[in-house]
Amino acid sequence: MNSSSNLINALFIFVLAGFIGFEVIRRVSPLLHTPLMSLTNALDAIAVVGAIVLVGEHKSQLATIFGFIAVVAATSNIVGGFVITDRMLKMFKSSRPAANPAAKSVAK
Amino acid sequence: MTSELAFLPVAIEILYLIASVLFILSLKWMSSPTTARHGIWAGEAGMVLAIGGTLLNRGMDYHLIAIALVLGTIIGVPLGRVAMTAVPQRTALSHAFGALCVTLVGSAEFYLRSPDISRLMMVVLSLEVILGGLTFTGSLMAAGKLQEILPQRPLTYKGQNLVNFLILAGAVVIAVTLVLHPEMRTLFPIMVLIALTFGVLLIIPIGGADMPTVISLLNGYAGLSAAAMGFVLQSKLLIIAGALDGSSGLILSIIMSKAMNRSFTNVLFGAFGQVQAAAAAGEEAKPVRSATPEEAAAILSAANRVIVVPGYGMAVAQAQHKVRELYDALTKRGVDVRFAIHPVAGRMPGHMNVLLAEADIPYDRLIEMEEINGDFPQTDVALVIGANDVTNPAARTDSTSPIYGMPILDVDKAHTVMVIKRSMNPGFAGIDNPLYYLDNNLMLFGDAKAFVGSIVRELGGGHS
Repeated sequence: MNSSSNLINALFIFVLAGFIGFEVIRRVSPLLHTPLMSLTNALDAIAVVGAIVLVGEHKSQLATIFGFIAVVAATSNIVGGFVITDRMLKMFKSSRPAANPAAKSVAK
Repeated sequence: MTSELAFLPVAIEILYLIASVLFILSLKWMSSPTTARHGIWAGEAGMVLAIGGTLLNRGMDYHLIAIALVLGTIIGVPLGRVAMTAVPQRTALSHAFGALCVTLVGSAEFYLRSPDISRLMMVVLSLEVILGGLTFTGSLMAAGKLQEILPQRPLTYKGQNLVNFLILAGAVVIAVTLVLHPEMRTLFPIMVLIALTFGVLLIIPIGGADMPTVISLLNGYAGLSAAAMGFVLQSKLLIIAGALDGSSGLILSIIMSKAMNRSFTNVLFGAFGQVQAAAAAGEEAKPVRSATPEEAAAILSAANRVIVVPGYGMAVAQAQHKVRELYDALTKRGVDVRFAIHPVAGRMPGHMNVLLAEADIPYDRLIEMEEINGDFPQTDVALVIGANDVTNPAARTDSTSPIYGMPILDVDKAHTVMVIKRSMNPGFAGIDNPLYYLDNNLMLFGDAKAFVGSIVRELGGGHS
């Protein structure tokens, strides 16, 4: 009983987060669709938290092995995803010189 | 001691909440190139908080976790440093890694909990491993095709859709059986195996031109499977991250499908390549006009407004830096040069923008299709570099063309069109392009990089 009400709660979160995602991502400039994909990929690798618990809790040998591989795979997505997104975004420069100092002052 | 124990889970949940907010902000800041890099910092901060919070859980074996984290970082850094031209296959590979993680965690959870799994939970768990499994192998296949380890041509056979459908149906039947009898553990690996097979079969008929849609779709699947994993683990953070990734993949798939005038089902079950090959076998040997680099340079330097239309051919020839030199040379002469970006140009959403940005072309010169299409009639020269289908006027006029109805860049409306192309062979998609036979069209035969290089030399020679 408790587990099904938990799943309903989860469904609420899922649907609402989906709406937020839809509204936020709709506004992403098509210019940045490639970095968007690599960024969401890195964020999605938050699945690593589930894998970390599997490895850390050591409940069975199978779970530990699967969890270990999962942590490796997800961590490589996190690291690789952030690194390449950052590299890509650094390349996008405006020809209007005014835009650059503005970007820098916000960055500080 | 007891109060501390009660406090810890709450503290971890609060860290997860902050991480969720940071993830949403991270995507929000991606709306503009001026704020996008803050988005990365927000994402990284959220990630550190979430992982840090997880490590606070009691009774963890940090030793193995540390090894796995270090190993993942060692693999991740080179994956983040690949050449920009390899970004589509890297993206596909990272979808595969994400899906692998989800599938493994789901499988481990099944064996830890079975047979004590509620029906609803088993539904979600099955969804998680089926979506994860097919995304894993499907993304590996896509990466293989993009890296050209596997043949890029679509492989189709008779009854392909029926076979795929039956295989997927088999996985669903097993999932239903497991929902009713979660103690039948031996069925579980069979279900996973079927999902893995289905992923391979799903991508076999997909051709290179469909890759932008397919990568987006796989992105969406990866997100949904992660959200399903969030349901299984009761992790709100994971549900939110998965929902964000899923909606991102879904939106991109919709944009890509629209840009090809096709439905999802058509992309996945359409066997597009075959139709095109048949269409290409039509007439041949119509007269075309061609020009040398000197002539092309003369026409370009006499122009006031030039629109460059890049496509996958520019990426293959790695011509983006030469294109940048051309942009510089023409801009110096007072020519207004802009770039027209078709949503499905290249092999993934935004592919052309990244390559041109890499070559230091300012992003405000990269204009989307809807915005720039009205400007072609007032444009002196449209220079098409390695793009084919996205400029094919048959999409507007010829209702028998396989790409009829697809929104295209109206390059044929420019005063002069110049197309850099290796030969008259139909492009990858195999559709003949009537653009090449128009009176205002000039073919520039040669490798994109070499040809643009020759034009630049001509322009430079005339200038100094």
